[in-house]
Amino acid sequence: MSESSHGDGYGPRHRQVEIGVAAATAVFGAVVMAGSLQVGITWAVEGPRAGFFPFYVGLLILAASGVNAMRAMRTIAPGKLFASWKQLRSVASVVVPTAVYVLLLPHAGIYLSSALLIAVFMIWLGRYAWRMTLAVSVGMPFVTYFLFERWFLIPLPKGPIENMLGL
Amino acid sequence: MEEISNLMHGFGVVIQPFNLLVMVIGIVLGVLIGVLPGLGGANGVAILLPLTFSMPPTSAIIMLSCIYWGALFGGAITSILFNIPGEPWSVATTFDGHPMAQQGRAGEALTAAFTSSFVGALFAVIVITLVAPLVAKFALQFGPAEKFSVFFLAFCSFVGMGKEPPFKTLVAMMMGFALAAVGLDTVTGQLRLTFGFTELLGGFDFLIAVIGLFGIGEILLTMEEGLSFKGRAAGINGKVVLQTWMELPRYWATSLRSCLIGCWMGITPAGATPASFMSYGIAKRLSPKGRKFGTGKIEGVIAPETAAHAAGTSALLPMLSLGVPGSPTAAVLLGGLLIWGLQPGPLLFVEQTEFVWGLIASMYVGNVVGLIVVLTMVPFFAAILRIPFSIIAPIILVVCAIGAYTVHNSAFDVVLMLVFGVIGYVMKKCNYPMAPMVLAIVLGDKAEEAFRQSLLGSGGSLGIFWSNGLVGSIMTIGLVALLWPLIERIWGGMRARAAS
Repeated sequence: MSESSHGDGYGPRHRQVEIGVAAATAVFGAVVMAGSLQVGITWAVEGPRAGFFPFYVGLLILAASGVNAMRAMRTIAPGKLFASWKQLRSVASVVVPTAVYVLLLPHAGIYLSSALLIAVFMIWLGRYAWRMTLAVSVGMPFVTYFLFERWFLIPLPKGPIENMLGL
Repeated sequence: MEEISNLMHGFGVVIQPFNLLVMVIGIVLGVLIGVLPGLGGANGVAILLPLTFSMPPTSAIIMLSCIYWGALFGGAITSILFNIPGEPWSVATTFDGHPMAQQGRAGEALTAAFTSSFVGALFAVIVITLVAPLVAKFALQFGPAEKFSVFFLAFCSFVGMGKEPPFKTLVAMMMGFALAAVGLDTVTGQLRLTFGFTELLGGFDFLIAVIGLFGIGEILLTMEEGLSFKGRAAGINGKVVLQTWMELPRYWATSLRSCLIGCWMGITPAGATPASFMSYGIAKRLSPKGRKFGTGKIEGVIAPETAAHAAGTSALLPMLSLGVPGSPTAAVLLGGLLIWGLQPGPLLFVEQTEFVWGLIASMYVGNVVGLIVVLTMVPFFAAILRIPFSIIAPIILVVCAIGAYTVHNSAFDVVLMLVFGVIGYVMKKCNYPMAPMVLAIVLGDKAEEAFRQSLLGSGGSLGIFWSNGLVGSIMTIGLVALLWPLIERIWGGMRARAAS
């Protein structure tokens, strides 16, 4: 299969990604095996030790990852794209703000960070006017507050603003 | 006849005003979840699980199971009107459902889809009512070896029967087992696989995995596809509904066949998605109009919807009677049971009669309520889909984050959720199945415990798994299921050689 048949720009190759995933799962399997060896995989007086079961689980992961990598090399056409760079950029446009959000959350509290996340999405990806953006991004945390903290009595992480308001 | 009186008692519990209210709320939330991309049955239930902590268990399970029915109904709306399956099991519904909508027959297609869903679910609930108590009674005599054999069969069916490559299923499943093993070893009380990180002491909670893999992962996929909704108007009114209902009995054979396929695929944990495809495929092959499938034939809507709903519902049978969930959503419900202090499995039928029969009764009532809700509220749900993705996506992200946080009140879980989300995206793109991974995280400890206890009893010999007829045959069926792709290939090769 030629590369041009996929048209739609450039991007990482599917085969490479598959092999990368198989390598990652293999490393994961090896880590599990190493961790199991630390706690012992043999039999003791009380029966199989804590590492007995996970050791073989890790071994299976390692072996199956090998098969997956070989299959990827044999069966996937070298030109096939995993996704175009353009598509990956749109994926990143969700992952990056969400990562910032997740890290900000314990410090700024959930309400402020949620309002910021919604605002960023609406302005950056949706190109909404600030009035609409403000309405949704402030309204949603309000609804959340009443739903969770007031009606269902579930505390959510709070930050300096909530402390200032004495909530 | 004890079951009948128990069931009647269950109905008494369900039709209390509070429980009916909870039911309607659950159904509406469920349809909403089913309609929105990125929120599905499994992670919808996972996110809303903390809301039920303060409720009595029976009301809680009614709400959660109704969210599930709602999600099953909701998937059909987007498939038919927008040609976008809201749920994986409604992919097959788009084949004929969307062409019908394009021809201006959206009302007919929706009525057929909802009614078929209802029929499939009803059939499965009747099966549960009749079969589950028997299975539970039988399973009460299970020792550790039998218990392990049931887990073994469930997991082997994933490898052999799944549509993903077997070795990828194996990797995904074993990763689930490994994640389940992190933290405290339930048998010896020893810490393992934590590598000194205090965050890992408690292990991985599968609810976080579900919210990340299914919720965040799905949003990332939707983002990549650059989704834009171009929907058809939803013209549904009483006349169309009645006309369609008059027409439906003609397809009773398709319906019955789909019910059976659905129940079978739901109980053995193949799940609703393969059930809907299989049912569609068989209907296409057997129907006299089979060649015209894909151009807007009503049978092409009936078959997948009936099977998907029958499978989705019957997945609760092994969860209730054996403690082995048949689908990720059933696994989340099982997690809920554990949180409310109920031990899923055969003893549930003995010790928590009111709870079990309340749940079963709520399946009957919930599906009737669900049918009424979806038939009357389709335009409202369709309107929600017209909200642009750039508003819906961050709101879903926030809801997922809140759901992940509230499981243990831990901000680290929210970080984990995002990590699982990215993993879920890559796994989905590379065709690794997520359901077995989630099920392995849920059941890992129990399966391991049963395995180790069996080995303790036998002094380490694997012979214990073939020590009597019952456990031996379950294990053997499991092995056949595991090696099925290989068996099929050898069989095909032999036939080809015989033919030449």
